[in-house]
Amino acid sequence: MADSTLDAKGLNCPLPILRAKKALKGMSNGQVLAIEATDPGSAKDFESFCVQTGNELVKASENNGVFYYEIKKKG
Amino acid sequence: MANQKKLAIIATKGTLDFAYPPLILATTAAALDYEVTIFWTFYGLQVVKKERDLKISPLGNPGMPMPVPMPVLVQVLPGMEAMATVMMKQKMASKGVASIDSLLEMAIESEVKMIACQMTVDLFDFKHSDLIDGLEFAGAARFFEIAQDADITLFI
Repeated sequence: MADSTLDAKGLNCPLPILRAKKALKGMSNGQVLAIEATDPGSAKDFESFCVQTGNELVKASENNGVFYYEIKKKG
Repeated sequence: MANQKKLAIIATKGTLDFAYPPLILATTAAALDYEVTIFWTFYGLQVVKKERDLKISPLGNPGMPMPVPMPVLVQVLPGMEAMATVMMKQKMASKGVASIDSLLEMAIESEVKMIACQMTVDLFDFKHSDLIDGLEFAGAARFFEIAQDADITLFI
């Protein structure tokens, strides 16, 4: 279960990443942020975001053009 | 952060389209925990004016997708630039692309450091008060002080 959710549907690069960063800032270590997005570029971007920030991408899926991610805050 | 990565950007362009790359990269890098500096010089200063009126011109830009083919001699007509600008802004809003105002705000919020080129400020007869608050005014030597310490340096 996610501790917090972010609706980034309809937003384009780099807004989903910027909003996710902001949301994670207000969360504690180990908490999970669930994100919904429609930007197809977000798939690679959230992967890269997590690799570079040390957060963990615990889930990434797509259904009917809506991308769903779960990021666990680390560090 | 001791090992914080650093990005230094020189932003030289003052059109609506070219205001995007430095601000998208700066805000994204800040989200990736980079320490970011943008050095605004020449037409780039237009992006950090308090009263911004950034436009896009189809003139001399054959790469710009147009809804209908438009001969160059039509593109020079009065009002064409304003029309192209309005259309581009509408298109961007409909695609969920952030406005320059909001990207700039986010850059400031995420503590992107901004330097305005004092030489160009003088050249264009701008006053410091014409530009947004929080800018540092400096020259090329200051940029190199930042760039020599940066992991990535971009000229846009």
